[in-house]
Amino acid sequence: MIVRISGEDQYRLPDGDGRLNELDNAVLAAVQSGEEGRFRLAYDNLLAFVRANGTPVADDDLETSDLILPPPDLSLAEASSEFTGEGLIPD
Amino acid sequence: MPGLTGRMSTVVKAKVSKLLDKAEDPAETLDYSYQKQVEQLQNVKKGIADVVTAKKRLQMQESTLQQQVVKLDTQARQALSGGQEDLARTALERKNVVQTELQSLDTQVHELEEQQQKLTDSEQKLRAKIEAFRTKKEVIKAQYSAAEAQVKISEAATGVGEQMADVGLAMQRAVDKTENMKARADAVGELEAAGTFDDITQLGSGEDDIDRQLKQLSSNSAVEGDLAKLKGELNMPTQPAGAGGSAGELGAASDDAEASDGAGTQGSAEQDASNAPAEGGQG
Repeated sequence: MIVRISGEDQYRLPDGDGRLNELDNAVLAAVQSGEEGRFRLAYDNLLAFVRANGTPVADDDLETSDLILPPPDLSLAEASSEFTGEGLIPD
Repeated sequence: MPGLTGRMSTVVKAKVSKLLDKAEDPAETLDYSYQKQVEQLQNVKKGIADVVTAKKRLQMQESTLQQQVVKLDTQARQALSGGQEDLARTALERKNVVQTELQSLDTQVHELEEQQQKLTDSEQKLRAKIEAFRTKKEVIKAQYSAAEAQVKISEAATGVGEQMADVGLAMQRAVDKTENMKARADAVGELEAAGTFDDITQLGSGEDDIDRQLKQLSSNSAVEGDLAKLKGELNMPTQPAGAGGSAGELGAASDDAEASDGAGTQGSAEQDASNAPAEGGQG
């Protein structure tokens, strides 16, 4: 599967790796807890996993991503608005 | 995926499919998409230029502030040599405020440099994808029937569309950051308007409103430390003052003392512009 880290790169990761899902859910739980430190740690873990286990996709490759991660400098407030407001990308 | 990534992916995909819902004829869609992509690339270039402009503006302010530090230091020296310790203290307090502002500007310039680098990287990726799309669209036009072409087009175009949405987001974030920088630049402007950069030797020894505010703002122990150090350099008896300030700055500043003549001329020009608000503050 292809995962994009917004503002950074697309990575090709092995399909069906449950760890990605676990890390993503940990981020969601951290957002709901409203604790900045916990969110930072959880999101950095998710990003680190993708960078460490993925192979960067070539710049001229036109494939679309299966998953898109928000920018690495995402704040807790922005993460919260992803779920409640119109999100990072307004219409 | 139910988490953060799932939400983000859905939003981006919805945005990309909106971009593609414009034309019905495959060949027309291809050319339309490509034209839009090239336009978007131009916008990105313009966005980068805006960030560079904002950075230059802050760098110019930095150099103004650096001149002020040298000038205020020289004035403190002159005041102390002339036995006007109060005036020397005022100069050092102002120097302290300017130095704090300088540090903060430095951080902002750094951030803008990072933004510039990120946008430049994004632009290169988008350019590569658009170029790949251009090649692919000619292949699709030549080799596929209308029905097949429709599928191939949307595959290729969503790849570019996703990159465009991503660079759009990066630009938006850069613009937000640049807005913050403008607020910072305005804060420096306010310092000028408040008379912080005025030639203090023209103030006399009387304490005005700005002085009192500055005393609250600046760290007294640092100022007293600077004052004690200056006295040491001028071979004057030092009174037991507060904790020592940071070492090494004054020596470096005195080497640059000649540069402060130029800064002085500039300072008086700024002073004229800033008189009105400064007087308003005293009333």
